Amino acid sequence: MAKITGKIVAITGNAAVAQGMRQINPDVVAAYPITPQTDIAEEFATFVADGLVDTEYIAVESEHSAMSACLGAAAAGARVMTATSSQGLALMWEILYIASGMRFPIVMTNVNRCLSAPINIHCDHSDSMGARDSGWIQIYSESAQEAYDNIIQAVRIGEDEKVRLPVMVNMDGFIVSHSIERVELLEDESVKNFVGEYKPSFSLLDVEHPVTFGPFDGLGGFYFEHKLAQIEAMERSREVILRIGREFGALSGREYGFFEKYRLDDAEVAVIVLNSAAGTSKHTVDMMRREGHPVGVLKLRIFRPFPTRELCEALRHLRAVAVLDRATSPGTTGPLFGEVKAALYDLGKRPLVVNFIYGLGGREFKPEHIRCAFEALLEISKKGKVEKPLDYLGLKEVEVIS
Amino acid sequence: MKEWRAEKLMPGALIPLGGTARWYKTGSWRSEHPVWNEETCKQCLICWIYCPDGAIKVKEGKVIGIDYDYCKGCGICEVECPPEAIKMAEGGEPDG
Amino acid sequence: MERLVEIRWHGRGGQGAVTAAKFLAEAALAEGKYVQAFPEYGPERMGAPIQAFTRLSSDPIRTYCSIENPKVVVVLDPTLLNVIDVAQGLVEDGVLIVNTPEPPSKVKERLGLEKAKVYTVDALTIAHEELGRPIPNSPMIGALIKATEVLDLRSATEHFQEVFADKFSPKVIEGNVKAIRRAFEEVKSG
Ligand code: SF4
Ligand code: SF4
Repeated sequence: MAKITGKIVAITGNAAVAQGMRQINPDVVAAYPITPQTDIAEEFATFVADGLVDTEYIAVESEHSAMSACLGAAAAGARVMTATSSQGLALMWEILYIASGMRFPIVMTNVNRCLSAPINIHCDHSDSMGARDSGWIQIYSESAQEAYDNIIQAVRIGEDEKVRLPVMVNMDGFIVSHSIERVELLEDESVKNFVGEYKPSFSLLDVEHPVTFGPFDGLGGFYFEHKLAQIEAMERSREVILRIGREFGALSGREYGFFEKYRLDDAEVAVIVLNSAAGTSKHTVDMMRREGHPVGVLKLRIFRPFPTRELCEALRHLRAVAVLDRATSPGTTGPLFGEVKAALYDLGKRPLVVNFIYGLGGREFKPEHIRCAFEALLEISKKGKVEKPLDYLGLKEVEVIS
Repeated sequence: MKEWRAEKLMPGALIPLGGTARWYKTGSWRSEHPVWNEETCKQCLICWIYCPDGAIKVKEGKVIGIDYDYCKGCGICEVECPPEAIKMAEGGEPDG
Repeated sequence: MERLVEIRWHGRGGQGAVTAAKFLAEAALAEGKYVQAFPEYGPERMGAPIQAFTRLSSDPIRTYCSIENPKVVVVLDPTLLNVIDVAQGLVEDGVLIVNTPEPPSKVKERLGLEKAKVYTVDALTIAHEELGRPIPNSPMIGALIKATEVLDLRSATEHFQEVFADKFSPKVIEGNVKAIRRAFEEVKSG
């Protein structure tokens, strides 16, 4: 395959991530293929076979092993990357906590896909939302371009001395992973310089300075304090995420923060979304603005750490906000909604908030659905009260036998 | 209680030293102890392979006794020894 | 070309509809356009009816949803006309391009289309003669270029030669380029 460098190409989200990984040239990649992530594992394996990277590619027999191999490699002091989706992420579950607890800056692309049952290979955010408490930094990407930009930044964020935490970069399965888009790739050399060389604090391979990784730390020990240290590292990552976002902006012309505001400052009502739904939402905002409706979008990029303070600042002037969740937590509201509502609680004067669940199992999310949400918001804004705090967008009308 | 700050602990609960298990004398966990009989021992070293704590003392390829600093008293050696040269005895203390 | 053109491709698994949708996007990108191409997501099976989509625009493309009201529909397999409604959602003055030896008027009549512009081309014969294989996708690209002017014929064929240079032999590339050109010449409008 022709080497793609420093140019504009038409490639899928998965191919964009594989290209980013090639340019980062990690020491170790341990991955197991799963739809819709498969092309990342495949394409990167091709780069290894073709000698385009120096990476040791570990073909494992499951995602549990993939993340375990990542741990071992990270303990040895390697720069480590992997990628997964859905059931694969679920199978990694216990190791996710170990990666963050041991403070290994592993970078993983998660191609968002729903969890069975029923069996379905399409997009929703149940996989990454389920892992939200695992201590990983979580970044969401609207497009193939953002997925590419985000994995490059993720390496720097995770490896920063103040952070040393694993980072999960998310993009929507199929919708972005399999869609060919215009992507601006940086020069190989620019990426190489941007990510720099990884200097691990400790390495199992450093026999001159032997260390013990993963010791027991029981009732009489410091488990609680270590968890606090992890929490503090996550707190410190806020500043690092913003700094790296600015640095990346200087390099590429595409600067990144915690979120993107789209026609938000002069809006009266707005939706909050993650990933590709942001694009369709912005498109709808343009249409509705032409009709005179004061609507806007806030696209959240960083979900962990949750940018509570900044989010409040960005939303405080609004009359009503709809949080769009592409995941559910049966028995309560959508996960993003809970966090946004909690964040807004401390504001004296705060917008009314509603929750819409959309797009589960890859159900299409169209401009008409966002229009629906905006119309509900305009109504809430007029009436000054929320009558239906939780609703669904794009459901089919069928009889459901309980 | 002394004031604690997270920065004082190593990140990821790492211990900046190797071989720290040596300091942890698991022998105190014992409620029974193995007694090795040099007379009936065939020197097959099966006990040495099976002991989960490396508590079978071996010198120049031969079993020379039990390391009671680390032996947890699990009894695996007794079960595995073909000529029954190891027998578990009551009490944690070997001399007791 | 209009600011945004949305194209839907109909074919059967193995006929190269997805490749055509992607190729068109790549070639348009080379001409400086914003592009998006995606298959109808799901398992791909030889012979089963499949769809693919291409969006071309002079502005950045932000929507991430399937195309419901395409401006252009390309049908790679004439037998699909009996199986699915290929004109579903086609905008009133849209363009339908079908691989068939039949004249456009006949297709128009059969589908009950009034304002839509219908084009036909015998892509199967062209593919057989130029490629020696019944893969109608490259001639259909030629027909599409003629019917819609979304691309420049010359730059499209040049792009074809460039991107497939290390994938196909020069003979195969030459055959495909000929097929694109022939379909461009032979497509009939009605
Ligand atoms: S009792 Fe258990 S720990 Fe002690 S020597 Fe026998 S096998 Fe080892
Ligand atoms: S297993 Fe029994 S016979 Fe074999 S070496 Fe150990 S004590 Fe001796």
